Amino acid sequence: MMEKVYSRPSGIFEGAVTGFCPGCLHSSVSKIVCEALDELNMVDNACYIQGVGCGGLVVTYFDIDTVSAPHGRACAVASSFKRCSPETLVFTYQGDGDLAAIGLAETMSAANRGENFTVIFVNNGIYGMTGGQLAPTTLLGTKTTTTPYGRDIREHGAPLHMCEILNQLEAPAYIARVTCADVPNVRKAKEAVKKAFRCQIEGKGFSFVEFVSNCPTNWGMSPAESLDYIHNTVLKEFPLGEFRAK
Amino acid sequence: MAKGRVEIYTEACKSCRYCIITCPKKVLGTTEAVNSKGYQYAVPLHPEDCIGCAMCAQICPDAAITVYREAK
Repeated sequence: MMEKVYSRPSGIFEGAVTGFCPGCLHSSVSKIVCEALDELNMVDNACYIQGVGCGGLVVTYFDIDTVSAPHGRACAVASSFKRCSPETLVFTYQGDGDLAAIGLAETMSAANRGENFTVIFVNNGIYGMTGGQLAPTTLLGTKTTTTPYGRDIREHGAPLHMCEILNQLEAPAYIARVTCADVPNVRKAKEAVKKAFRCQIEGKGFSFVEFVSNCPTNWGMSPAESLDYIHNTVLKEFPLGEFRAK
Repeated sequence: MAKGRVEIYTEACKSCRYCIITCPKKVLGTTEAVNSKGYQYAVPLHPEDCIGCAMCAQICPDAAITVYREAK
């Protein structure tokens, strides 16, 4: 007698296939978010605010209510949505271009006000959808289409660490950085997302989960090589861990 | 007798091979077979070795794998 130990979580459209490239950890993140919602029994009571960029492709995948925000303004839209509908579990789904570049002001303001919603931030260190331009989180020395000689600290600045920046603020309740690059980290990531959602359900305030992700297409690597690159290089710049858990 | 069994939703597989490098028993692999998008989807090449640990399903980005394990 065989029992089912793992299957697709609910919260994904029947038979849906993600629009992401092969090996993109965006798909893992969306799957983990659905699993966390499923385990908290909140799929029917959730709404996500979708950012612009590759992150927006989850619209054909998540069977969850959604609001599409203008580029970078997901945290502002989520703030107002949560204030109008406090019983709904609200989270934003944003990439690094959306959250850390054009939307930095909205993100910082919402975090500083301690708005009671969750941010799912997917940091792949590059602009994926537009063809691999420099992002605020790109590692030093990385060659992108807008930095053909590599990112130079004097010309383009150093990578932006969102968790560390938000950790300076008084209000946020939960800040963590996780990755889905291997199975133990996938399990830890799901726990972190569940903790963040629980923070929101208990009304503790702003919760923020950063996923260190990959972009095999624009990094010019095979999916397996991109996971090795995360382990050997990216995680040295972006250390994992829970920065704050109130 | 295999302790576990994997079922793969081949249309969702994008041939990233994460399940193949993750499987501790090296059950999974690819063949010449492709799905409608042209990806060489993963197939259980040695299903008799499967222990039903579900690590392939947890790493699979596209949630293409369902895992069954023998009930205790």
